Amino acid sequence: MSGSSDFPGSSLRTVRRRVAGLGAAHSGTHHFWLQRVTALANVPLTLAFLAVLVCVAGEPPERVLATIGQPIVAIILLLAIVSITTHMRAGMQVVIEDYVHNEGAKVLALVGNTFFCAAMGCAGVFAILKISFGG
Amino acid sequence: MVQLTLPKNSQLVPGTVWPKPEGTNRLTEYRIYRWNPDDGKNPHVDTYYVDRDDCGPMVLDGLIYIKNKIDPTLTFRRSCREGICGSCAMNIDGTNTLACLKSMDDVTAKSVNIYPLPHMPVVKDLVPDLTQFYAQHASVEPWLHTKTPAPEKEWPQGRQDREKLDGLYECILCACCSTSCPSYWWNGDRYLGPAALLQAYRWLIDSRDEATGERLDDLEDPFRLYRCHTIMNCAKACPKGLNPAKAIAEIKKMMVARQF
Repeated sequence: MSGSSDFPGSSLRTVRRRVAGLGAAHSGTHHFWLQRVTALANVPLTLAFLAVLVCVAGEPPERVLATIGQPIVAIILLLAIVSITTHMRAGMQVVIEDYVHNEGAKVLALVGNTFFCAAMGCAGVFAILKISFGG
Repeated sequence: MVQLTLPKNSQLVPGTVWPKPEGTNRLTEYRIYRWNPDDGKNPHVDTYYVDRDDCGPMVLDGLIYIKNKIDPTLTFRRSCREGICGSCAMNIDGTNTLACLKSMDDVTAKSVNIYPLPHMPVVKDLVPDLTQFYAQHASVEPWLHTKTPAPEKEWPQGRQDREKLDGLYECILCACCSTSCPSYWWNGDRYLGPAALLQAYRWLIDSRDEATGERLDDLEDPFRLYRCHTIMNCAKACPKGLNPAKAIAEIKKMMVARQF
């Protein structure tokens, strides 16, 4: 059902038919829960990420790489990247569903959002792994 | 995308300034949205002056004064004039509320500015078309669903279970909450809105109802339920002091609870 703004009385369909639409999707709770869990995870992970940033600020490149390559630091950064990009995708999806009412544009925006967040997440994860495992 | 400007034929133009009643100094200025589907004109804002010595204290009293003594064409809904029927819901002084419960003295602006409930089709002047709003209410099937054969007398309910319905059963379906909700403005065709969801919750937690699972199934949808972003305009607007946002949050908690 598109985001039509017809007057309820301007169609021969009953209003109940319009309200029923295509029925309930029987989903949404997972998305809602995922957004809350990643939001919660982002609080310590973002603080830890900032702490790492402050620690390596001004250090020579080899010291920075050595710090990021430490297992505990690398794991925190990997978790932060996964949690933040997952949260980013979920949040942006809600914004798109709220405001983009043209069905074609909405699908394009949703797919684009997924691709962008996946690419950003993979790039970040790859960078940390490359630093950690050398090469 | 969301339409942020009004179409040309909906843009407000200046309206008539009606003469002040004579022989009084206690006047309150009303500025009221007017639109007539039959005259082909744009909506306009008319100015009226209400004689406070000849009129009750509420905004609705002023509207009735205007209709009786100044301009009989002014169109609005009203019935009980005591906050029970929900007919006189309109946007007064920037907030959706009931004209019968809003005192003229509580208006913060210099004049009493009145518009129809936001983002609904207008039938005429201050009368919005609430057809879809009522259909959304009906879609949550706001009546008792049972599978157990009906008892000879009534379905019994304990005192504590009955108390859970307080703050929910008082809703009079005036539509102040739903029409104050930006999410309902943008997606009112798919999002059920705070009023219908408060009613849905009222039946979800009714201890006598045996269709809780089916009710949750029907609500579990990214649009029907999850368009609520806890903006809280609904709770701010409700003239009965209810909190639809809390009811919606409780529905979301039930949705999560049955996952684990």
